[in-house]
Amino acid sequence: MSSVLSIQGLNVSFKTPRGVLHAVRDVMVEVKAGQCLGIVGESGSGKTVCSRAAMGLLHGSTVQRTGKVFFDGVEISALAPKDVRSYFGTGMAMIFQDPMTALNPVRKIGSQIGESLRLRKGYTKEQARKRAEELLALVKIPDPSAVLEKYPYQLSGGMRQRVMIAIAISCEPKVLFADEPTTALDVTVQAQVLALLAELRQTLGMAVVLVTHDLGVVAGSTDDVMVMYAGEVVEYAPTTKLFANMKMPYTEALLKSIPRVDAPSGRRLPVIEGRLPNPLDRPAGCGFSSRCSYVQDRCRTESPALLGADAGHLYRCFYPLGAPGTGQS
Amino acid sequence: MAGSGTAHLRSNDEVVLAVRDMVVEFKVSGGRVVNAVSNISFDVCRGETLAIVGESGCGKTTLGKAILQLPPPNSGDVIFEGTNLTKLPKEQLRSARTAMQMVFQDPISSLDPRMTVKELIDEPLSTWDRGTDDERLTMIHELLNNVGLDPAIVLNRRSYEFSGGQCQRISIARSLALEPRMLICDEPVSALDVSIQAQILNLLQDMKDRYGLTMVFISHDLAVVKAVSNRIMVMYLGKICEVGSPDAIYAKPAHHYTSALINSVPIPDPTRKRTTVPLQGEPPSPVAPPSGCRFRTRCPAATEKCAAEEPQLREVSLGQFVACHHPRG
Repeated sequence: MSSVLSIQGLNVSFKTPRGVLHAVRDVMVEVKAGQCLGIVGESGSGKTVCSRAAMGLLHGSTVQRTGKVFFDGVEISALAPKDVRSYFGTGMAMIFQDPMTALNPVRKIGSQIGESLRLRKGYTKEQARKRAEELLALVKIPDPSAVLEKYPYQLSGGMRQRVMIAIAISCEPKVLFADEPTTALDVTVQAQVLALLAELRQTLGMAVVLVTHDLGVVAGSTDDVMVMYAGEVVEYAPTTKLFANMKMPYTEALLKSIPRVDAPSGRRLPVIEGRLPNPLDRPAGCGFSSRCSYVQDRCRTESPALLGADAGHLYRCFYPLGAPGTGQS
Repeated sequence: MAGSGTAHLRSNDEVVLAVRDMVVEFKVSGGRVVNAVSNISFDVCRGETLAIVGESGCGKTTLGKAILQLPPPNSGDVIFEGTNLTKLPKEQLRSARTAMQMVFQDPISSLDPRMTVKELIDEPLSTWDRGTDDERLTMIHELLNNVGLDPAIVLNRRSYEFSGGQCQRISIARSLALEPRMLICDEPVSALDVSIQAQILNLLQDMKDRYGLTMVFISHDLAVVKAVSNRIMVMYLGKICEVGSPDAIYAKPAHHYTSALINSVPIPDPTRKRTTVPLQGEPPSPVAPPSGCRFRTRCPAATEKCAAEEPQLREVSLGQFVACHHPRG
């Protein structure tokens, strides 16, 4: 199976008054048609910048981007921003964390869904309206014809996120970027939206890049996982392999800090002490060394490279978990 | 009169907060009324952490605020340490409230961006004339140290210079300034990353031990609640569904809604993939709640009896109470 999205050596940095901020370093991504990749990391790990840079959404005089992004075999990173735009909707689409601010508050739902259909597919107003109604039904919104006439403020958060998904899939994209699509939602609605995304992935055969800070969300709905820390990929593996055999101490620490319903009650949660290194002034060595419980001298001076353990399991650590010589628990 | 029952109420000397038949309604356009909290009674014992759990719109935040008389409930009593807060004149209520403080969901917007950390924490102290300037400065230093912030670094900074987790630490320090006996936390970790969540939850636990606090912990996330609470109260559309100890409720949820909530929480383990969505749809409007049991429109076990008759709380196992005609066996 060929890759529908391939990113090689992506670096993104921003010029700020206080110096150059390296947001993303040397990221590589492969997404095969119809697959789901999860990008996991804390706030500030570069996961959102990564997905936006992949779609070519970051430009301007303060942004420096190097590396190659291939979509369906075409190097879109070499195209002018206005040419990249022609891929939006039909090739790639994105849904955002906050569906309230991503939707236009003064336009009805029907016209917001119809916009891309008329623009990309040359639908008439009538055709667009009919298709918008079908799309609302597809994302399981009750009474779609009534919702077409509503404004975003009249819908709940979960409904608004469904509308966002309807807009994103309206032109049948090959890759859907979902940036924290369920973080603002209740757990019950989160379960519904994740199930909906999985179902649409099946029926439409599109690939999904799911950006989230929650390893729990990733576990249930992705094929591959990429863990990011301080702008770098620190672990990258098929989901089942990653959870069965974690190599990177950061991934393990992240997993342990999640409150679980299947854990004993009243238990003190293990935490990751400290914070992300300053992106303006990164210390030498492994970015996680100051917070890692298995740290050794070498980690503080040398930066580990992204290495492969076995087929398709990459990690960035000198002393991976499960290897001899690590002080693992 | 139909209520949610009183079987779960305790009558001993340890009860610090007793809420009886609380009703909170909001008038909206067209002469309609939003039934935010409908006839709820519960109590909290000294040193206990009561978690109030439910989806958005179930009335949990309104309930938390109504305890502090913000605004006062339409009817019902709130008895804190023997004093009925609903009957107190304004000035006495103000001084009674110093013993009960609140921590809010959004740590950044709940702090005044123009005030320094020193001013933020000093505000409650100077309002209530606690000590001289020097004594107050000592108290501020102690509070900041207790919540894990270095006074020398943070004292003269403003909230926008801090991350969400640090702002929540400042909020907690501020809420503890007057040495309250009760802390009401409204979704204190929902806006935070998973790794920071664990830090704040542990901090709240430490503060509870250090200050001998009684806590009401409001959250939509049953996994978070499991880590911190001694007693759980599940709410749906302004009513109580189930009350009990975490161990009982997680091991054997008696209410179908509790069970759905627990099953909605993503489990970070890909081998336990969920195939069905536990709960379809969204809660009905609190303007016109369903008759009888309010959960019946989404409940898999609903019968005619559920529409006709409102279930009252009754004990299903020791210390576990459920308001359901057909509890899970």
